[in-house]
Amino acid sequence: MTRSPRLSLYITMATFVLAYAVCAWQYPAMFSTRVVANLLTDNAFLGITAVGMTFVILSGGIDLSVGSVIAFSGVFLAVILRDTTMHPLVAFALLLAITISFGAAVGAIIHYLEMPPFIVTLAGMFLMRGLAYVLSTDSVPITHEFYDTIQDVYWKAPSGGRFRLIGGIMILCYIAAMIVLHRTRFGQNVYALGGNLATARLMGVPIARTTVMIYAIAGGLAGLAGIVYSVYTSAGYSLSTVGVELDAIAAVVIGGTLLTGGSGFVAGTFFGILIMGLIQTYIVFDGSLSSWWTKIVIGGLLFAFIMLQKALSWATTTRRRPATEFATRS
Amino acid sequence: MIGATFRRITPQLIILGIVLLLNFLVFPGFFSIEFQNGRLFGNLIDVLNRGAPVALLSIGMTLVIATKGIDLSVGAVMAIAGAVAASVVTGGGGWFTALIAALAAGLLCGLWNGVLVAFLRVQPIVATLVLMVAGRGVAQLITEGKIMTFLNEGLIFLGAGTILGLPTPIIIWLAMGTLVTFVVRRTALGMLIEAIGINETASRLAGINSRVLLLAVYLISGVCAATAGVIVAADIKGADANNAGLWMELDAILAVVIGGNSLLGGRFSIVASLLGALIIQSVNSVILLSGMPPEFNLVIKALIIIVILVIQSPTVKHALYLLRASAGSAVPEAHAVGPRNSPAKETRS
Repeated sequence: MTRSPRLSLYITMATFVLAYAVCAWQYPAMFSTRVVANLLTDNAFLGITAVGMTFVILSGGIDLSVGSVIAFSGVFLAVILRDTTMHPLVAFALLLAITISFGAAVGAIIHYLEMPPFIVTLAGMFLMRGLAYVLSTDSVPITHEFYDTIQDVYWKAPSGGRFRLIGGIMILCYIAAMIVLHRTRFGQNVYALGGNLATARLMGVPIARTTVMIYAIAGGLAGLAGIVYSVYTSAGYSLSTVGVELDAIAAVVIGGTLLTGGSGFVAGTFFGILIMGLIQTYIVFDGSLSSWWTKIVIGGLLFAFIMLQKALSWATTTRRRPATEFATRS
Repeated sequence: MIGATFRRITPQLIILGIVLLLNFLVFPGFFSIEFQNGRLFGNLIDVLNRGAPVALLSIGMTLVIATKGIDLSVGAVMAIAGAVAASVVTGGGGWFTALIAALAAGLLCGLWNGVLVAFLRVQPIVATLVLMVAGRGVAQLITEGKIMTFLNEGLIFLGAGTILGLPTPIIIWLAMGTLVTFVVRRTALGMLIEAIGINETASRLAGINSRVLLLAVYLISGVCAATAGVIVAADIKGADANNAGLWMELDAILAVVIGGNSLLGGRFSIVASLLGALIIQSVNSVILLSGMPPEFNLVIKALIIIVILVIQSPTVKHALYLLRASAGSAVPEAHAVGPRNSPAKETRS
């Protein structure tokens, strides 16, 4: 099935530029470095999560546990820093080790027990949210001087925007993911897995190792997103970030990645995140719109991009398909 | 026929029996049922009553999953239906108008999903994701962001009333389950739905109108979700667009999976899914009755789910099969544990 995956990436980018132009035309104040900087800071944790989600979706899977992992990470860090004298950096390392092994375990269950990722990560979602409840049901504040130090790291742009560290971490994640996906054998294996599992196996792609690594990466990035979120909010709360997995999936789809796997770019996800952030910023600027419009607009965007992908694949494949074949590749 | 059905649901019955026994162990009065004020009271009745929303959802979800699809939007549809029903009665309408309006809203949502899946050929998980994300926003639009409360006796009766001593929700889900089972099993519809799930292209070549059937299963799922939404709204005498049916879709999918139906489509059993819904509710009940701190609820639920999934996974089943074959028992029952041979390796989403 030859198609032009780049085209949907370009359309996503064009949508973002167009949407930003419309916003800036209506509210000229939106065309400032402050807005751009806040766009990056406010969406940092979601952006990092979406990187992991891109890996998973490219391989033809799905990960519903990321929202719970973020909440667990926040509570874990808060409780550790409250009850022990451990340095935050050590706690970060410990947390990443936990979430990476959690992801690896999920991947191993999916591969070795041959169960659908949907249902395994669903169980993972309950498990992590439950562990967060067990640690603490209250919102635990984080008061550590190291957190204040991280929060004070920013680069002040000439016109007043503050580009904070967590936004930078998100951008670094995207650059690293691009290199891994497009310049390493592992990245090629991810695409191969999503393209066609049977073919990938016949071609000698190490299915087990790749699957486990993909989910370990998704778990690790969700843990990193949890760290970023705890820096962003200075607290850990077990009820936070409910439904973030849906936002991440929506961003990946808006970014032009096929949910069936095998086709898409992590750069598209970046613009997907920016578009979703832009909608929220617009609603804040407008002031009269209610917050539930965010959901409706994101739903509409999802629909538009799905239809766009359908139209593109239809336009690029009908010419070479015999008329008798049904369009069953849904 | 009866024997085959019984064999099919044996694992679910055993699991349900174990969970109910656990309930009995932590709370000896679990099985006692009393008749007071014209209504049956008892923990067993509570399990049946509280399990109603998930049971209703699992009926539609079973059919959708049998076609190799999935309906993520049922929770959002519940919120929409509750909001529609509440806004009709607060606007002065009768309870029957409200019910019809809510069911119509459910049908409309089902139509949207069905058209996307059957005619525009969008992957079910993506197609229903759109409504899952946007639906709650729509529900909030209807209730204008508030929790819309109502005092209409007729509507409240649907969630909290009793018919012949039994709470209405129990009657509703039993009736809906019987009706749908009857329709799909007394006609060829059930078999045709299974055919679509196993191989859609082949089923179409065999002359099955797969588009109409796909549309029909999403419509049924929408109606089931709307009914569940009305029950939940009637139960709390208000429509809460934010929380009504939140994460209910996951419980419904879980009920179907615990019911031994494969997520890859094909053979299905509505009775087994309903038992799955009751198992989930019994697990909730055992956690509550045992007096464990509520923080542990989700962890325990997750562990139980993982155990059930491991038991039902194709690899473990295969290992058991080999074990039984090497032990010398002649013909292992192919359908005893789960639905059927699963070509799980190729598709996994």
